[in-house]
Amino acid sequence: MTAKPLNRLQMAWRAAQDVQEGQLVNLGLGMPIAVADYIPPDRDVFLQSENGIIGVGPLAPPDRIDTDLVDAGSRRVTLRDGATIVDSVASFAMIRGGHIDITVLGAFEVAANGDLANWDMRVPDKGPLVGGAMDLAAAARAVWVIMEHTTKKGAPRLVERCALPLTAQRCVKRVYTDLAVVDVAEGGFLVRELLPGLTREEIAARSGAPLAFATDLKPLSVPDIALPNS
Amino acid sequence: MAIDKRVASAAEALRDVKDGATVLISGFGGAGFPNHLIRGLKEHGARRLTLVVNSATHRYSLTHELIENGQVAHVICTAARGHAPGLSPFEKLWKDGRIELTCLPQGTFAEAIRAAGAGIPAFYTPVGVGTELTRGKEVRRFKGRDYVLEPAIEGDVALIRADTADRYGNLTFRYAQANFGPAMATAAKLTIAEVRVVEPAAIPHTRAQLPGVYVDRIVTAPGGTR
Repeated sequence: MTAKPLNRLQMAWRAAQDVQEGQLVNLGLGMPIAVADYIPPDRDVFLQSENGIIGVGPLAPPDRIDTDLVDAGSRRVTLRDGATIVDSVASFAMIRGGHIDITVLGAFEVAANGDLANWDMRVPDKGPLVGGAMDLAAAARAVWVIMEHTTKKGAPRLVERCALPLTAQRCVKRVYTDLAVVDVAEGGFLVRELLPGLTREEIAARSGAPLAFATDLKPLSVPDIALPNS
Repeated sequence: MAIDKRVASAAEALRDVKDGATVLISGFGGAGFPNHLIRGLKEHGARRLTLVVNSATHRYSLTHELIENGQVAHVICTAARGHAPGLSPFEKLWKDGRIELTCLPQGTFAEAIRAAGAGIPAFYTPVGVGTELTRGKEVRRFKGRDYVLEPAIEGDVALIRADTADRYGNLTFRYAQANFGPAMATAAKLTIAEVRVVEPAAIPHTRAQLPGVYVDRIVTAPGGTR
């Protein structure tokens, strides 16, 4: 029997397990932001937000909301112990200068050479929104992606070449999907962990580029995490 | 006569903004929008403006009022997508070709403003290489990696929001309020800051986050940015 595909919180949980003690991490909007909730408590990690906060804490409870204390996603947040705040110039110097250990981003497509498309879906008449995505993708030491393995219509998101506009070239190191953990290796996609019960042929059929499988391929194992309101 | 940069109103601070001006406007993520000055610029009525602002449409910024009012010819930003399901005022004009858009990666946007204030006409960055946002721009290879040449962005006027000021124009910012404000203050011919409060004494150097030499006029707007 095939296990159920991971929900978005379980994907965030899986990515969070790979964050190491002492790292500086930037989490993108959407699914990646949930990674913050699942970093093992014994690992002391600083979260950076593009608007200049180094040491973002949990969301502010209603009685502690301060409209000047927001993250890049306009969420009202708190500061962790040891947090500092810089302006946008210094924040992006930090990003572009390679001081961010990991950025976790959402994506529409990842190509076998590590190309990333995550900023423009080509929605007619809607204006573009790039924000800090290109800076983070081009310059973080490690770019991880969290995304569903296929679109809602079943089209693969792991592809030979991105069809959508690129965010950055050859930048993605690792992809966490609802079916697998996939590295972008020298020769293309390398599956490290696979959802129990899913065969190699089945995941290959849901991917748009050839997959290799690690010699020590492991089962993708996560705890039960309920989505809110489900 | 001792320096005193305080002025009585937004109207007085904005009195010599001209049609066709390039206006730098601070604010990001909901903090640091100079909404009192933006409203003042709407009342002032200057037209054919180029706005240099992180978002063309942020829901907590009043930038959209200038756009809706037909005062804006060009927006240089990193985000031009409305939050609501329908089209934002910017998107409506943009769709009809009535407003020009330049979209830049956010770090390039910030650094271009910094560069203008620091006497650097253009700079090479690795960000955006091979993407449509840098199409047609000069690419040069350094140490085996490609970089794209980005021009500095200077302004005629900068409108920024800070927390406190003193009569010399020294500023302090709360939490994430600073964002693009300090860089914008260095990159414009005329910098106007709106602040929650002007302190009666000089702000101690250990607290001042932007030297007053970059600020020309101070307007008090206690109500904040919403």
